[in-house]
Amino acid sequence: MLLNIKNLTVAIEGKEIIKGLNLQVNKGEVHAIMGPNGTGKSTLAAAITGREGYEVTEGEIWYKDQNIIEMDADERANLGIFLSFQYPVEIPGVSMTNFMRTAINAQREYRGLPPMPAGEFLKLMEEKKKLVDIHSKLTNRSVNEGFSGGEKKKNEIFQMALLEPTLAILDETDSGLDIDALRTVAKGVNELRSEENAFVVITHYQRLLEYIVPDFVHVMYDGKIVKSGSKNLALELEEKGYEWLKEHSLA
Amino acid sequence: MEKDTLQQALPLDQMLIAQYRKNKELITANDIQYVSKLREEAFQTFMESGFPHSGMEQWRHTDVDVLTEDAYLNEMEVPDTKKDIEELFRCDIHNFDTETVSMLNGWYIDKDSPLKTLPEGIVVGSFREAMKAYPQIFEKFYGKIVPQNANGFVQINTAMMQDGVFIWVPDGVKSTKTLQIIKIINKEEQLFVQSRNLIVLGKNSELSLMHCDDSVNQQSSLVNTVTEIFVDENAKLELYKLQNLNDQSGLINSTFVQQMANSNIKTNTLTFNCGLIRNNIHVKLDGQGSHADVLGLYLMDKQQHIDNQIRIDHNVANCTSNELFKGILDEEASAVFNGYIHVARDAQKTNAYQNNNNILLTPTATINTMPFLEIYADDVKCSHGATVGQLDQEAMFYIRSRGISAANARLLLMYAFAADIISEISIEALRQRIDDMVKKRLRGELSVCDKCVLHCGAPEKEYHFDIDLSKI
Repeated sequence: MLLNIKNLTVAIEGKEIIKGLNLQVNKGEVHAIMGPNGTGKSTLAAAITGREGYEVTEGEIWYKDQNIIEMDADERANLGIFLSFQYPVEIPGVSMTNFMRTAINAQREYRGLPPMPAGEFLKLMEEKKKLVDIHSKLTNRSVNEGFSGGEKKKNEIFQMALLEPTLAILDETDSGLDIDALRTVAKGVNELRSEENAFVVITHYQRLLEYIVPDFVHVMYDGKIVKSGSKNLALELEEKGYEWLKEHSLA
Repeated sequence: MEKDTLQQALPLDQMLIAQYRKNKELITANDIQYVSKLREEAFQTFMESGFPHSGMEQWRHTDVDVLTEDAYLNEMEVPDTKKDIEELFRCDIHNFDTETVSMLNGWYIDKDSPLKTLPEGIVVGSFREAMKAYPQIFEKFYGKIVPQNANGFVQINTAMMQDGVFIWVPDGVKSTKTLQIIKIINKEEQLFVQSRNLIVLGKNSELSLMHCDDSVNQQSSLVNTVTEIFVDENAKLELYKLQNLNDQSGLINSTFVQQMANSNIKTNTLTFNCGLIRNNIHVKLDGQGSHADVLGLYLMDKQQHIDNQIRIDHNVANCTSNELFKGILDEEASAVFNGYIHVARDAQKTNAYQNNNNILLTPTATINTMPFLEIYADDVKCSHGATVGQLDQEAMFYIRSRGISAANARLLLMYAFAADIISEISIEALRQRIDDMVKKRLRGELSVCDKCVLHCGAPEKEYHFDIDLSKI
């Protein structure tokens, strides 16, 4: 099992957001996590990726047979966990190229590999740019600076493609995307899917799941997964709305 | 040189006053009459005013008392340093072809000749030699750009300075190489060093100048430098100041610039290390269409202190100025920024911009930033801004979530913060070297250099975020 979350409770500033959540993800799988706003979906992403201020008060997060809850964000990244941000951060003064080369070499160093030669890195960039149809003029700029909403999301997938994570968490990657950008992003994800990696796709809407077809759909409500099923669950949810859940969770 | 017993016993001001009276002949030995006359006036003023102290408004946040109340050695004769020169002044900046002028403990070191004319026609040499060779230039500019009511440091400099650098760029002459002034302090005793520079740019001339203040050993010293710069019509000056002295050193650096019509200057003050620094930069825009960029970057830590006092006088219409100072303060470092823009009554269509941004890395670091606009014209555009913040925690997480360590994420963000000052350095080779130095400084690897501030080891190669695509 790649990821095994056991009875996870997460608090922010003392307030419990996730309240005993369980989730198992195997390599080769795509899991969708759906649910209304404020149910803890993004908190789950933050807890898995090691964001500061998200306190695990109970439970465990096992990844590649290690409990990672004490690890820093960068160490988790070095173990192959990637987060596609809901709101990618602008970093003026740091070029995309330098940022990614620093990241790749940090991860290589962690794995005991020498830094990637510059020529090889550039080739890799060119190759991955095509995957998400991202323009060179963006990769020559500072990280996310002046990018449109869609460009920022494409840039997340571009970074994911470069870093080749084992576990990728896509936090509301579809929000703010028009249909063309959505297709591009989905195409990127689909091309990266393999038997060796897994995706957790957090989304509010079923729309993205038409393009990134999940193996499992989980519905979160009030800090817990209240229902799990196949991709059809997403359709059912779309049809019945989140009100249906409330009854369900209370039942 | 025989040591003056006075020097060991008295605070600096009293020692200097006594020394002036006793050694007047020695001090004025190379003078032209005009320079001696200014000495006497400045000495009288200093007798009345003394050094500025922290009770004065403009010195409120900078405690110079600790420096001026100490005892120093003030060398009055050129030391015999021939032996050290070769060792100290070897300079091999990579890809950076400069014309170098060296000063040791405030004395101009003439490797070839104390006064020379470079191939393109620029005259450069020792202040004390130059005043005899070019008395008409001294009479026209020396002591004229410094304001009458200048502080005690400037007065005592005018009264007792004995050497410095003179540069004259005649009309129409353009420098092809950057001229580099390397000032080194190296002495066993606690030294008080004064130097006086006069730089005159003729009409339509151009000069690129780098001014490095540097210490070699870990001895304390107090350096008091005054520079007057005249920039005639259509002339262009780039002035880079590099300040990298040891933690025991004090540096009082006063630069006065007068600009005539359509002239253009850019100053960039880069402070990497020093116990206490006070930079006074005063630019007078006296000719229409003139422009001044006054930029600075300071990276301080431990208990270091930096005080940048910038004053821009818009005295005539249609001039523009742009001030940007950025600082990163670590540990218990403290900084002061005072940006004063004065727009005279007839200086219509003035466009003046001022900004000071700071990152405080610890709760014990402090900054006092004070923008100050005084505007008497009614058709002007002036803006100012100041920010004080910490490193952006959102950005920190974003960077770390890609596998980059906390330490490197901090470096990336600090470097990014400094980048827009560095990117203003228009000489490519110099920009790269400064870039390297900033990275080293941010990583805490830049020490007070053993030779020259730009002589600090091989250029960066293996730093991961430093990749220049144009080189591949």
